[in-house]
Amino acid sequence: MTLWIGVLVGCLGCYLLKLAGVSVPESVLKRPRVHRISALLPIVLLAALVAVQTFSTGSSLVLDARAAGLAVAGIAVWRRAPFLVVVGLAALTTALFRLAVPGT
Amino acid sequence: MSGAVDPAWQLTRSAVLRDAAGVSIATGAYGISFGAIALAGGLDLWQTVALSLLMFTGGSQFGLVGVVAGGGAPLAGAATAIMLGARNALYGLRLTELLQLRGWRRFASAQLIIDESTAMSIGRDSPQAARLGFYATGLGVFVLWNLGTLIGVLGAAWLADPRALGLDAAAPAAFLALLAPRLRGREAWAIALVAALVAVVAVPFVPVGFPVLIAALVGIVAAFLPGRTGPEGASGIDEVVEEIDPPRDGAS
Repeated sequence: MTLWIGVLVGCLGCYLLKLAGVSVPESVLKRPRVHRISALLPIVLLAALVAVQTFSTGSSLVLDARAAGLAVAGIAVWRRAPFLVVVGLAALTTALFRLAVPGT
Repeated sequence: MSGAVDPAWQLTRSAVLRDAAGVSIATGAYGISFGAIALAGGLDLWQTVALSLLMFTGGSQFGLVGVVAGGGAPLAGAATAIMLGARNALYGLRLTELLQLRGWRRFASAQLIIDESTAMSIGRDSPQAARLGFYATGLGVFVLWNLGTLIGVLGAAWLADPRALGLDAAAPAAFLALLAPRLRGREAWAIALVAALVAVVAVPFVPVGFPVLIAALVGIVAAFLPGRTGPEGASGIDEVVEEIDPPRDGAS
């Protein structure tokens, strides 16, 4: 039963956080400083997500097959490959690298 | 919204939908592993299904299951999940402008705010494409993540390890593809590299989910750096801001 309470409290908290973000009044978002911050956030968030999801597992830094996948993705992006090709090549490279070097 | 459909928009539309499908499928595969892991961690079928439906933010769900499986109190698991979910509030700040949320739609759309739907939205060139990216990815992931969870719970252990298919590299590769077009000019590159470095350096020292929040501080600091939007065009940070978010007045 307490497990259910934990599950539901967690769900409620996560939803309220999502709602909070979209509930900030527009007048606040229109302030120049806030506007600049929100315009720069995509670059910052995407770069951080790429780095964290490539080079970490839980709370440890790791260099594994994903790095090879991302390197190939980088080349594909640079060569202007379509989005799904970029993602597919990254997954394929990572899977093949894992086959070749077990434990990565 | 006139009768004639703009052919350029049709191209953009199918590209955005294709991207959304790709990310949804890769994420759905992770739903399978979530279902399997949650069950192994001591949750029952309904609790696992409830998490995917109601919490619907992968990092937080894995966080809660991780704490509970490790013998932690359920409320400690909830606290971990909530802290991990803090970044969704940050995403909302950016999405409010793009999605033009009004009334009841705000309450429904909020539930779809996750890493993937945000990433597939904020990287777009027009508000129209941003909205489509958000809803197509948000709904696509919602359906497949929940379907995946159910499959995982019902014992499809064969796909419990998406790493074997290299799917753990799919999301970062997708985010890289979305980031690349934003990297015009030295300032944008510098901001991106510093943010990535800060996030990676933070990984061993803070709980899972926080490195991205800490990296967001880089954006806030950068917004305070000198830059000018003058008659001769923007310079410094404002050049980056204008590149990302051109002034809306005038032709658009």
